[in-house]
Amino acid sequence: MDIAVRDGRIVESADERKAKVLDASGMIAMPGGVDIHSHIAGPKVNKGRELRPEDHLKHVERKTGLTRSGVGHSVPTTFMTGYRYARLGYTTVMEPATAPLETRHTHEELNDTPILDKGCFPVVDSNWFVMDYLKDGRVEECSAYISWLLRAIKGYALKLVSPGSAETWGWGRGLMDIEDEIPNFGLTPREIVRGLCMVNNMLSLPSPIHVHCNALGSPGNYRVTLDTMKCVEDLAVEGRPAIHIVHIQFNSYGGSDWSSFSSGASELAKYINGHEHVTADLGQVIFTDTTTMTADGPWQYVLYKLTGNRWVNHDVEAETGGGIVPYTYSRRNYVNAVQWTIGLELALQVEDPWKICLTTDHPNGGPFTEYPRLMAWLLSREAREATMKRINRRARRRSDLPALDREYSLYELAVLTRASTAKILGLKDKGHLGVGADADISIYRIDPSGLDISKDFREVRNALRRAAYTVKEGKIVVKNGEIVGVTEGRTFWVDAEVPEDARKEVWMDLKDRFEDHYTVSLENYPIEDGYLDRSAPIKAGMGVART
Amino acid sequence: METVTSVVCPFCGCLCDDLEVTVQDGRVVNIEKGCAYSLTKFLNYHEERLTEPMVKKKGEHVAVGLDEAVERAAQILVKAIYPVLYGWSSTSSEAQCIGIELAEELGGVIDNTSTVCHGPTVEAFQEMGHAGCTLGQVKHRADLVIYWASNPLQSHLRHMSRYTIGAAGRWRKGRDDRTLVVVDVRKTYTARVADYFVQVEPNADYELMSALRMAVMHEEIEQEVVAGVPVEHIEELADLMIGCEFGVLFYGLGLTMSSGKNRNLDAAISMVRDLNSRTKFVMMPMRGHFNVSGANKTLLWQTGYPFAVDFSHGYPRYNPGVTSAVDILYRDESDAALIVSSDPLTNFPREAAESLARDPMIVVDPHRTVTAEMADVVIPSAYVGIECEGTAYRMDGVPLKMRKVVEPPDGCFSDEEILRRILEEVRRLKGGK
Repeated sequence: MDIAVRDGRIVESADERKAKVLDASGMIAMPGGVDIHSHIAGPKVNKGRELRPEDHLKHVERKTGLTRSGVGHSVPTTFMTGYRYARLGYTTVMEPATAPLETRHTHEELNDTPILDKGCFPVVDSNWFVMDYLKDGRVEECSAYISWLLRAIKGYALKLVSPGSAETWGWGRGLMDIEDEIPNFGLTPREIVRGLCMVNNMLSLPSPIHVHCNALGSPGNYRVTLDTMKCVEDLAVEGRPAIHIVHIQFNSYGGSDWSSFSSGASELAKYINGHEHVTADLGQVIFTDTTTMTADGPWQYVLYKLTGNRWVNHDVEAETGGGIVPYTYSRRNYVNAVQWTIGLELALQVEDPWKICLTTDHPNGGPFTEYPRLMAWLLSREAREATMKRINRRARRRSDLPALDREYSLYELAVLTRASTAKILGLKDKGHLGVGADADISIYRIDPSGLDISKDFREVRNALRRAAYTVKEGKIVVKNGEIVGVTEGRTFWVDAEVPEDARKEVWMDLKDRFEDHYTVSLENYPIEDGYLDRSAPIKAGMGVART
Repeated sequence: METVTSVVCPFCGCLCDDLEVTVQDGRVVNIEKGCAYSLTKFLNYHEERLTEPMVKKKGEHVAVGLDEAVERAAQILVKAIYPVLYGWSSTSSEAQCIGIELAEELGGVIDNTSTVCHGPTVEAFQEMGHAGCTLGQVKHRADLVIYWASNPLQSHLRHMSRYTIGAAGRWRKGRDDRTLVVVDVRKTYTARVADYFVQVEPNADYELMSALRMAVMHEEIEQEVVAGVPVEHIEELADLMIGCEFGVLFYGLGLTMSSGKNRNLDAAISMVRDLNSRTKFVMMPMRGHFNVSGANKTLLWQTGYPFAVDFSHGYPRYNPGVTSAVDILYRDESDAALIVSSDPLTNFPREAAESLARDPMIVVDPHRTVTAEMADVVIPSAYVGIECEGTAYRMDGVPLKMRKVVEPPDGCFSDEEILRRILEEVRRLKGGK
């Protein structure tokens, strides 16, 4: 089969005498990888870089005639992020948490991340405008505000991080359940999740709300995850997902403390299998030294207290916050080993690959450069067993994983790493190789006719580490795992229309209250279109049909 | 006459963004809302200006065209084995990024003013992390504000009124809702308006901080006086800190550049960490130059390190004390220097300054500085935040777009543009070898 490319897009056919021909016989081709959730840019990632000079020493790359130099294992510098994703055959990556007030910084870094198409998700759950509107049940005004916000800071999707907890963390407290009330606001996480889900529907945003559930990381939290998914059951529109649960592994824990810590994967998988309104990404744990970073300030504090490692906290006025703690996942550690099994149990027990996406919540579960290891675990039972026999014995004994025979096909893997992510993101030109799609193509030296994917998983893993070719918008950027072309990717953001009167009303509100909430002027908050090296707005809004 | 609103002030790390600047006939004639520094800056930025590129010929500065100055600058840099690119804290992040690319291309060192300023802060952060926040969090929530070895009433004039004790936030309406504590070696202006003033012996901050931490953790202190402060006072201060709802510790160079340096910060970070098991507490360095914070940030995302980055191996390396500008100069290792928006000959230690003056030197700056007087090539630049745009980062990391309110003098370009041209010329010369 031939894939024809012209002007950065996939076309019906091309003139073979004139076209440059890539011979991919004996290889597999997929759409360029699409990562739905990876912390690659912005203030917290940069604080992670600052915190971990020792992380940088492990992995350095020299400048070449074509590429910039850089460093970093779990928190690579921006240029490295672009090159390394491209080498894996990935061409689109979403930065899933940015404080709106600091998003100018996020865009500066995204501009400096070569090759990849990208976007960023503003964290909106503890945003004062959002909470004040939702408290009064003013969903329409909240929608108009969100439309303004996305345009102002060039954001792509709505992110909720342990809903409401950044506000409570402003007073040094967490928020562990979706029914707990947020002091001073008279609002619960449930109301925030539902409210923002309605806003998302009202604005027909391309992607559903992305939710990092409350009580992340804590034993017994799978119930909170269930409650969060259930609370928007009635808000699904036309069979489209209403909620995307991010790095669900970290929210799939049973037990009541660290010694009774166990897997809640099967309960969650069962729920996801029975419901169409929810999707999730994995947040798989890889055994390695890494850097955890989330907008979940209270959780990062708990992790610091648990480990005694270095701790960074950063609260952002009227919006959100975040924390960073270096962490090493050890296969001999009971809890870490259970975490590892949970991710794989989820991946293997959720039946429909369109409902789940491959992520490690880079760098929280491990750096994205380790994706091929995760892919091998999904493709090959033997690969899983090779690791499983080396993990903590008690964790192994208690896990359902040894009983799970499922092996992903390469086709299913392509769904998990490209198609489902593109679909959930609403990027209609990504994640497939049909006519009209972006010509983002990755080709791997894997010959399914000559290889037993399951038995030869090491060979497959190596091939997945170094794409034979990565093509970005029709240009060859990687050949045999090496960068041969450096391009500039696009930054997607959502331009959501709202009716004129709603827009005006919110503008009046902003003029009234903005400078009470912030320490910057309203005039200086929005980011001008030209600030993005390649700005790619996507239309949405009231009256805009979602495709 | 035209008034531009919401102008960001290019002076200190407060980056106040509410200035109203009135322009008449291409000149700034009035400033509203700015502090005395801001006013002075905007009204006098055009004095002592450099307006023509100059190259030193036979010991004398001779005015030349920009092309010749750029060419000469590139020749000096390409010829050098180990050039140092220094300054960067009073220019835009866009210019900083090109500076990094230039340093990488040359295999030189790029270092910024935090090397002689809040470098120890950064080193302590690397070792331990820290709990911080944006300034608005302080405005809305802080009921206890501590300035330690910092005197904002003389250094960051609007810090207290705009962001801390005087600010009207959502839950703290102003001065009456907050307690102000000042710790310093002398009774500063800020100390005079404080509710509590703790006078610490010079170079004994580490001892005081450690004792305070003990008191916070309810441990017994055997001495009666620590660092010149009676233990009752230390315990009283500890109780105040434990008892607040939201406390913040701002600190200045008195902590980073006195005896103990980054160890003082280790003690401060440890204390703030401990306080978080009892209440909510954060800390923040009082950054000086308006974009020194940005200088750290751009280097971090492009190279992984905040200052003192060495490209001599073809990839970024960082080892303060070895790869920091002052130390390189002490060892006389550099053989050329590019100085951007900084005047190191006036503030480096003497031997380092002498070593720098011996290097062939290029200065890119709006002003006629001492360093510029000694330079082999001088390229005048437009003033960021007055004559050209660019991104800058506030002391708490909030990025802001600096505005252009007037045109630069004829023939003056932004640092960004000048550096890009030098980089292009360097590449051309290297390609031609």
